[in-house]
Amino acid sequence: MSSRADILGAIRLNRPQLERPLPAVPLFDGAPPPSLLAAFKDSVQGMGGLFLDPPASGDPFAPVRLKIADAKVVCSTVPEIGGNRNIADVRAPQDLADVDFAIVRASFAVAETGSVLLSEANLFINAVAYLAQHLIVLLDPADIVVNLHHAYRRPEFRDRRYAAFHTGPSATADIEGVLIHGAQGVRSLSVLPVAHVTGRSIQSPETTA
Amino acid sequence: MRIGLFVPCYIDAFFPAVGIATLELLERFGHEVVYPRDQTCCGQPMANSGFNAECAATEALFVRNFSGFDYIVAPSGSCVHHVRDNFDAIEQTPQVTEVRKRTYEIVEFLHDIQKVEALPWARFPHRVGLHNSCGTLRGLRHATASELHEPFFSKPLDLLSKVADIEFVTPARPDECCGFGGTFSVFEEVVSTKMGYDKVSDHASAGAEYIVSADTSCLMHQKGCAERIGVHMKFIHIAQILNGASS
Amino acid sequence: MSNPVGQAGDRHAMLHPELRAEHDGDAIIRNGQRLDHAEGASTPLHSQPEKQPRGARIHGSRPVDQAEAAARFIAAPQHEKMHDERLWDLRQKRDREMHGIPEWEELRSLASAIKEHTLTRLDQYLEQFEANARSNGITVHWARDAAEHNRIVHGILKDHGAKSLIKSKSMLTEECGFRAYMASVGIEVIETDLGERIQQLDNEDPSHVVVPAVHKLRTDVAEVFSKTLGTDPENSDVHYLAEAQRDATRPLILAADAGMTGCNFAVAETGTFVVCTNEGNADLSANVPKLHIASIGIEKVIPRLEHLAVFVRLLSRSALGSPMTQYTSHFRGPRVGGETHIVLVDNGRSERLGLSEFWTSLKCIRCGACMNTCPVYRRSGGLSYGATYSGPIGLIIDPTFNAKKYSNLPFASSLNGSCTNVCPVKINIHEQIYAWRRELVRRHEVPMAKKAAMKAAGELLSHPAAYRAAIDVADAALAHLPRFVIYNGLNAWGKHREVPHPPPQTFHSWHQANRGGAS
Repeated sequence: MSSRADILGAIRLNRPQLERPLPAVPLFDGAPPPSLLAAFKDSVQGMGGLFLDPPASGDPFAPVRLKIADAKVVCSTVPEIGGNRNIADVRAPQDLADVDFAIVRASFAVAETGSVLLSEANLFINAVAYLAQHLIVLLDPADIVVNLHHAYRRPEFRDRRYAAFHTGPSATADIEGVLIHGAQGVRSLSVLPVAHVTGRSIQSPETTA
Repeated sequence: MRIGLFVPCYIDAFFPAVGIATLELLERFGHEVVYPRDQTCCGQPMANSGFNAECAATEALFVRNFSGFDYIVAPSGSCVHHVRDNFDAIEQTPQVTEVRKRTYEIVEFLHDIQKVEALPWARFPHRVGLHNSCGTLRGLRHATASELHEPFFSKPLDLLSKVADIEFVTPARPDECCGFGGTFSVFEEVVSTKMGYDKVSDHASAGAEYIVSADTSCLMHQKGCAERIGVHMKFIHIAQILNGASS
Repeated sequence: MSNPVGQAGDRHAMLHPELRAEHDGDAIIRNGQRLDHAEGASTPLHSQPEKQPRGARIHGSRPVDQAEAAARFIAAPQHEKMHDERLWDLRQKRDREMHGIPEWEELRSLASAIKEHTLTRLDQYLEQFEANARSNGITVHWARDAAEHNRIVHGILKDHGAKSLIKSKSMLTEECGFRAYMASVGIEVIETDLGERIQQLDNEDPSHVVVPAVHKLRTDVAEVFSKTLGTDPENSDVHYLAEAQRDATRPLILAADAGMTGCNFAVAETGTFVVCTNEGNADLSANVPKLHIASIGIEKVIPRLEHLAVFVRLLSRSALGSPMTQYTSHFRGPRVGGETHIVLVDNGRSERLGLSEFWTSLKCIRCGACMNTCPVYRRSGGLSYGATYSGPIGLIIDPTFNAKKYSNLPFASSLNGSCTNVCPVKINIHEQIYAWRRELVRRHEVPMAKKAAMKAAGELLSHPAAYRAAIDVADAALAHLPRFVIYNGLNAWGKHREVPHPPPQTFHSWHQANRGGAS
């Protein structure tokens, strides 16, 4: 008998013969905050993320340009801002090890937790969001959902191979509770609220298969 | 009402004042308080060590002694918790079920059944730290447990707040276990006493002169710990304060 | 009347205020607020150097003496106080999160109900999960036990010519003795979670399911890193140590042949498995090398995506007092050019499913909240239990792995019940601890002397005349009463405590004299 058959057989033999109905799960969205963007900003800052306030006028990407001004290697996966490492040319994740800033767009975000969702459609090569020293995330305010119950109704969880919530930067406090940013992954995560640009997109091996 | 008074073994032997205060307190409210002289123990020390079968005869004796009362009242949360929730070494006859159901701890009885409104004879002009034992807190639901998201309530505080001139102080960890835990106090005595040292030090730092509790076993353990490490603290059972003790 | 007792106390009140650091140079401040997300401490603590106490002494399958190891931990006061304050802080942070969620108790009930439902139909949901995972391109393996898990993983690595493996934290792999096995077959394993890496480099097991090195002071870590990473032994600055580990591990991540993760939740509806970390090391392990292997306990499966919201909302709040882990990653299929294998592991779980009093322990989501709240655990250290799983959850599942070896563990509890109240999936932990005591007595896994003493106690307590004769003499009370309650004699009570002073008369005698002994 295979292990699979053994295990399933043992479960069938042992499972409790008890009535345990599956409960219905409410959406718990009865008291949403007045502004999802403001709530998201609060949450992401509490989790160590940086929120880049868009300038009142002029170039909406100015805060990002300021951040990456002195960087050696910038890898952008978004059409709105250029970098000097083209992700479409990258073949192996290891080739991204020297990236200072990665710029990506989130699929959506969650106000409750301050999380942004990044999938292979946003990252092209998933590892870019973890090997870069710093991560900058563009977020369309129209793509913010109120809580996780709403988040899990989004299509990304059914059609993406990889979908990760990022809630602030990489962190740990494993040694005496001292909080460290950049434990293994990015040292900082910054979010710039700016609407989608339609039209241009980047073809890459990760999305064409 | 006709009440059967259960005085646990260690109160009988070491803290008779607690039994006396309980009896007098019930008599103040006009009850006929009977003390069955053949009572011994509820069986908890053996049950807590996993020796359930060895409890059977003791539990049967308890039921024989305490049948036929309106209520059975004891000044011990852990014993009452055992009788109400774990008393299953013997066959659950209607007589057994009745006795189990009617067994109450003194604070519960005064709050839920007697519905005490005033204690005109009670005055305790001291700073006290209230210790809700784990048995009364989480077992008998005397008060809100800090782990749970629920509205605040406290039966012992309701009763104590009717005592004149009493002042309360709050330790850093109001409902952390003090480390008695029955036979735990001996099988894991280093951890148990460390928990006890921490508990009495916490209350002392908060400014308590007295630690008051509904569980004498906790008080006995805490007193032993306080004396060993030189923390100045006095210990008193809640029944004694409610009965009018001034110190 | 002053501040009512029992309310959520002052979050900053400490049992050991002397541990509070004067300066908080380490703090990350944003908008004037000190950040304490992930497992960050809400108040800065400082320790003095002290030799690290080691864990329980293991001798084959002889019963582990948890009390002895706990005593050694308490005898190292710097370690004990830091451990206690740090984990109590996590418990306080958890309470703060709880008070921010009006539907908290409802979420717990939902989580418990979802898990119990799933466990009663575990075979169906596993089959559904497997079918979906396979149709997404994931290769699914099944392992009956730890040995088979290790062999399967070894086989996958051999097939791919992999000689080095980076991995993120997985208690299941600890359970399987995975690192030792890999070492024996010549495959290099690199733990990427900081706490796990510290423990790996120190040749010590993790002590806590979420914060593996919580029992160590920064000076202990400095000593380990100076010996293994070449850091300055005199420098115990935490940022320095963390950066040193990041720098040392990064090249190993980039060069690794394969990556391994555990799994927090496996969604049957979509064939997705979910991994939660704060460091992002699971994402590195899964996305840098081409080959990703995930070890998944069969009890991790949940029916649908919508259920994930309930568990994710409860997990990090319960574990760390933080609303979410920094990374919550959903793997539904291999990335283009990559390969994903999962190993579904039983290792005693299907058997535990058949234990009527203990099957609900399978609901556990490994949050560690029970450890954080347990007053015994906080003062003993996780290594005192001598088992993969320590603290309250350990007490109820370890005897299923080895009843003899872990026969003492259910007695390492004061049965206070705090664990049951913090458990996000409402496992009645303290009641199961109590039930295990009975079970171990039934299986004769308790010392004969204890059994004899308890039998004698039962005899005495059921014969009133004999009982009265034993205790009615005031002085004799001291000698007689404790002996049958405490089988190893008065010494054990009086070793660290003063014994009670015998009163002039018992209640029984008082009643005889003052109420006429009427009954």
